[in-house]
Amino acid sequence: MSQLTAPKIVTSRIGFDDSFTLDRFLATGGYEGLRKALTMSPSEVCAQVDAASLLGRGGAGFPAGRKWSMLRKNDVSYLVINGDESEPATFKDHLLIERDPHQLIEGVLIAAYALQVNQAFIFIRGEFALGLERLQSALNDAYAYGAVGTKILNSSFSIDLVVHPGAGAYICGEETSLLESLEGKRGFPRIKPPFFPAAIGLYGEPTVVNNVETMSNLPWIISNGGDAFAALGETPSTGTRLFALAGHVRNPGVYELEMVKNTFRDLIFDPALGGGIPSGGRVKAFIPGGVSAPWFYEEDLDTPLGQGQVADKGSMLGSGSVVVMDDSTCMVRAAWRITRFFSRESCGQCTPCREGSGWLERILYRLEHGEGRVEDLDLLLDLCDNIAPGLSWPPQQTTICVLGPSIPSSIHSAISHFRDEFLAHVKEGGCSYA
Amino acid sequence: MSALTPDRRTRAEHLVALYPEKRSALIPICHIAQEQEGHLTDELMIEVAELVGVTPAEVQGTVSFYDMLRIEPVGKYVVSVCTNIACLLAGGEEMLEHVEKTTGTRRGGTSSDGMFTVEEAECLADCDVVPCVQINNRFVRTTTPETFDALAARLRSGETVTDIPTSGIVSRVERSVGLVADPEVVAQERSALRASDQKATS
Ligand SMILES: Cc1cc2nc3c(=O)[nH]c(=O)nc-3n(C[C@H](O)[C@H](O)[C@H](O)COP(=O)(O)O)c2cc1C
Ligand code: SF4
Repeated sequence: MSQLTAPKIVTSRIGFDDSFTLDRFLATGGYEGLRKALTMSPSEVCAQVDAASLLGRGGAGFPAGRKWSMLRKNDVSYLVINGDESEPATFKDHLLIERDPHQLIEGVLIAAYALQVNQAFIFIRGEFALGLERLQSALNDAYAYGAVGTKILNSSFSIDLVVHPGAGAYICGEETSLLESLEGKRGFPRIKPPFFPAAIGLYGEPTVVNNVETMSNLPWIISNGGDAFAALGETPSTGTRLFALAGHVRNPGVYELEMVKNTFRDLIFDPALGGGIPSGGRVKAFIPGGVSAPWFYEEDLDTPLGQGQVADKGSMLGSGSVVVMDDSTCMVRAAWRITRFFSRESCGQCTPCREGSGWLERILYRLEHGEGRVEDLDLLLDLCDNIAPGLSWPPQQTTICVLGPSIPSSIHSAISHFRDEFLAHVKEGGCSYA
Repeated sequence: MSALTPDRRTRAEHLVALYPEKRSALIPICHIAQEQEGHLTDELMIEVAELVGVTPAEVQGTVSFYDMLRIEPVGKYVVSVCTNIACLLAGGEEMLEHVEKTTGTRRGGTSSDGMFTVEEAECLADCDVVPCVQINNRFVRTTTPETFDALAARLRSGETVTDIPTSGIVSRVERSVGLVADPEVVAQERSALRASDQKATS
């Protein structure tokens, strides 16, 4: 049974047509969290975020409080917000940026104060034209209102925020690539160590990189207290989370749900949420956390929506995107399309990722189009093993960033569970789903 | 002589002032430069280089990494159709083929009247209104061949659709102010607050 009683922490305003305006924001408690934060000391604000046990919402799920405590002490430091949102089928930050930009700005200001950074940048993927316009308008209004700029809200804290447009590259969502891009360069990820942003980040200075949704939780946490947040969900997966539900469901969309208290079955089948499979068919497979994640199947539907719960079953909650594939879906085609995405978006620095992704894509393509061979299945797995030795989860890394080791997820999942379907493609000389 | 129009040149100079290092303005300025002709000409890239203090080759090298920065001319309307996983399941590939027919252009190409460029896109993050179509980076939410054709006909007839500016324009909202927090004041505030915070917690 779904548990839908939890408060809406980040989507409380989106029902209003004018949810993105300063007027609506102020009429619904906007900037109150910031006001309160400014009466606290920076370390008190950090303590609240720690108490909340807020996990990063960008993909890796690292506790925000811990990340903040690792920021190297330095005279100059920066805060950079990751609004690149390009992981396929992830579309939750899109909603937050377009529909509640002031909430994001308020969260960024709270974090900037807690971290005592010198300047903050909000990186938004360039394809979000409306989002960029809404966010820039909101920022202009926030400056005029006095929430950003010199001595904000009459405190002794001054800060500038800059909205920065990306230019179309999935890899720029990876935090070190994002910093390169923000420095005006090609989006080549940096090698860690030594380039952990908290130590050597933007312009070589210590930098915190956090996701849009992570930031959007902060106003509520400060207004209501970290303990109130931690009381929702189940440690360490506290609070609520946005789940972007797509694919073969009646009601695709973004749902804010209390963590752990609901399962994938609730999300996909509850009439108030996904509403089930339109064709009346069955769940053949679903992706629990973005296309970098290993797939789940019908027997995993009762897994709770919690970070540890999904990890225990060998995948990840990742970016919070759930893609449902019903029994009319060709698994070879699905794996091929996801692999082609990675091959197009690989930045090309590392051989296993650059060469491997293209090779895998070509093999999957020929299987799908009736020119595959039985040996191709082992060849695919062997190549995957070269990129992520052992094909374990989380993967072993052979490359600078984890884009490479994520490529095998869908291929390994599809072959492990639907080997017969791959063999049928070989035997029948092509796809019987098309 | 500036390749950028005077107002764009001014906007570009404002952008440079927003960052601790000039080069950070490279991509935002390229977006502005693209508004002029829909793509970046050599002259424009030379000017971007001069504005941010790098060589033209460095601008070119950076530009070539990014899908949205173009060095070839494009049509007045760039139609991007997603075929990634969520759209694939909803007929994205079929939608792309339909768009090719309606516009008379293959993916990657521009129609002979210069009206439409068609592109296959990777996920555009609007996966609950699928298959996803953007025109000049605006989500147009035409999920059926009929609704797409109706919109294409309006654009072709020269009608202005307020939500869709011509290609190259990413944001029509400019920053209203430059940086206002004086770096020296910020530095003083930070060290004062750090000192009092340490006293409070020790
Ligand atoms: C290939 C790749 C793409 C990523 N894309 C995004 C993204 O679009 N948005 C995001 O917030 N994090 C993305 N991440 C994760 C970031 O590297 C980083 O962990 C995150 O922004 C940190 O924010 P958080 O701690 O608040 O989650 C990506 C990581 C990788 C390896
Ligand atoms: S793993 Fe792939 S995307 Fe990541 S740095 Fe290496 S080549 Fe680039």
